[in-house]
Amino acid sequence: MHLALPVVLAALLFSIGVYGVLARRNAVLVLMAIELMLNAVNINLVAFDVWLRDTLHAGQSLTLFVIALAAAEVGIGLAIVLQVYRLRATVAIDDLDQLAEPSPEERR
Amino acid sequence: MTAQDVVFGLLGVIALGSALLVVTTRNVVRAALWLVVTFGAVAGCYLVLTAELVAWVQVLIYIGAIVVLLLFGVMLTRAPIGPTDQVDSGNRRVAVLVGLATAAMLVTLVLQAFHSTYVTLDQPGTASLLGAAVFRSWVLPLEVLSVLLLTALVGAITLTRPTVGTAGSR
Repeated sequence: MHLALPVVLAALLFSIGVYGVLARRNAVLVLMAIELMLNAVNINLVAFDVWLRDTLHAGQSLTLFVIALAAAEVGIGLAIVLQVYRLRATVAIDDLDQLAEPSPEERR
Repeated sequence: MTAQDVVFGLLGVIALGSALLVVTTRNVVRAALWLVVTFGAVAGCYLVLTAELVAWVQVLIYIGAIVVLLLFGVMLTRAPIGPTDQVDSGNRRVAVLVGLATAAMLVTLVLQAFHSTYVTLDQPGTASLLGAAVFRSWVLPLEVLSVLLLTALVGAITLTRPTVGTAGSR
């Protein structure tokens, strides 16, 4: 099998994830796009593991670790999102600008 | 062009199409359900790459646990269930540009690097080898990871406790 297939698929999936993280307004949808990016990385790891015929199976083991890390990440991420919703009654990322640099007219 | 190439290509098209729907659909619940299709197609890709243990772990954890968690998140934040215009932020045009630039750069890079590289796939059956590798060579990272998972879940429970932040004021 041509190695370009899995790596191109991973590259495209990663770019879709990048678009989703930047374009979405709902924090839960941003978490979904992050999962897409993690999946792209996993495809790369598995493809290189199979290509290099690693006797330690480093690629597939790291894929399992990345999947477990993704579970931890989504648990913490949703906890933070729920806490933000409880405090602000919104999960729209555009409205959560408390830490932003004030614009020049606001500063005056 | 072998049979594996064809099957992998078809699964990749399904994964990419449903991933595009995940990031473009205006319905939050449908985005989560399209995510299931993406994860399933990626699990099929792992099966073609003879990584069957990773494929089933993907099905169990991603489709079984993470999508359910995300759906819980959708429900608990009272996201609109029907189609809505509130899902895309104001910087969508810039996001399209950045996404296309990332795709162009990465695809050019990997095509130049791997345009004549071929993978010879063995017979499937690497699960026992992978299990031995995880529990022999990778056992310390595995233990560290399990402690990290425990810490993360304890932290998530602590964060979402209803009394958090009010303990000092009472």
